Amino acid sequence: MSDEYGQEPHLELTSSLVPLFVITNGRALPPDQEYERTALVTARKEGGAAARTLSPEGQVIMDLVADGFLSVAEVAGHTHLPLGVVRILLAQLEESGLVLVRKPVPRADPLDRELLGAVLDGLKSRFGA
Amino acid sequence: MYLDPDVLRSVKILVVGPFGVGKTTYIGNISEIEPLQTEEEITEASVGFDDLSRTPDKTTTTVAMDFGRLTLSEELVLYIFGTPGQERFKEMWEELSRGALGALVIVDPQRLDESFPVLDLVERFGLTYAIGVNHFEGTTTYPLDEVREALNLPADTPVVACDVRDQHSAAQALITLVQHLKSLLA
Ligand SMILES: Nc1nc2c(ncn2[C@@H]2O[C@H](COP(=O)(O)OP(=O)(O)OP(=O)(O)O)[C@@H](O)[C@H]2O)c(=O)[nH]1
Ligand SMILES: [Mg+2]
Repeated sequence: MSDEYGQEPHLELTSSLVPLFVITNGRALPPDQEYERTALVTARKEGGAAARTLSPEGQVIMDLVADGFLSVAEVAGHTHLPLGVVRILLAQLEESGLVLVRKPVPRADPLDRELLGAVLDGLKSRFGA
Repeated sequence: MYLDPDVLRSVKILVVGPFGVGKTTYIGNISEIEPLQTEEEITEASVGFDDLSRTPDKTTTTVAMDFGRLTLSEELVLYIFGTPGQERFKEMWEELSRGALGALVIVDPQRLDESFPVLDLVERFGLTYAIGVNHFEGTTTYPLDEVREALNLPADTPVVACDVRDQHSAAQALITLVQHLKSLLA
């Protein structure tokens, strides 16, 4: 199903032996809902200066989201970093003003009629049903 | 790879089911991106007890969770998360079910009994669901009514055939779920 296979920047990390507390500067995990899997992330264009002091893993995330929005889950999937680590790194990057996070707000409400209608229309037009 | 820059809203639906029922195949078939995985840690009680404290030992295990993506309009994207149906994944269920629109429960008609723990989880986490009955070729096709009866489902819960390897069939099951969600608001 992919049209992007092979075009992705090479993001595989080689430093898998670096302890997680080093990667994340010993920071605690933010609450789960702070960076939900479906929250959308992109690099801020004006964030250049602070980017020089990033950890290699923070830099990998910055490179990945440099040109558009991806979900938190996709950031974890493409970088092969554990989801928990991605969340901590994103918290640091957001705090430093390097990334813009579109939290799922207005939060998906399963009782939102208009939203369900949009989901249904989208699926139907996509799959010709 | 990137989302449309106008995408403002993201929603999620879970694809759940017992071990080996076809969740990964389903997501791979329907996703617009190559299916990805998140690596996550779960804590579980290991076998045996610590003799001194009499408390169960906790071990941390890393699991890989599949997900896929479907852009539904210029401003709306749907993520589909494959969620295994064993009790030991319940922490993940808690997080994944928060804000989820609903769940598509994939069942194998040859081993329906394995679906009960999954149905227990979807109900416990308050997820509205539809049942997708996977078809494995070379096996008997069970009438959907028999599946409904065997699973002891509420009368309004949709039960549809869902060949996880067929994109049209897979999409139709998802559409049925969303129609059901919508009908509950009428
Ligand atoms: N013949 C046939 N094989 C199928 C079908 N669906 C899945 N399979 C096969 O069954 C096996 C399990 O499918 P998966 O998609 O990996 O199932 P899963 O639910 O992700 O499994 P776990 O993640 O291990 O719980 C794979 O070898 C599939 O190729 C089907 O409809 N027909
Ligand atoms: Mg699987």
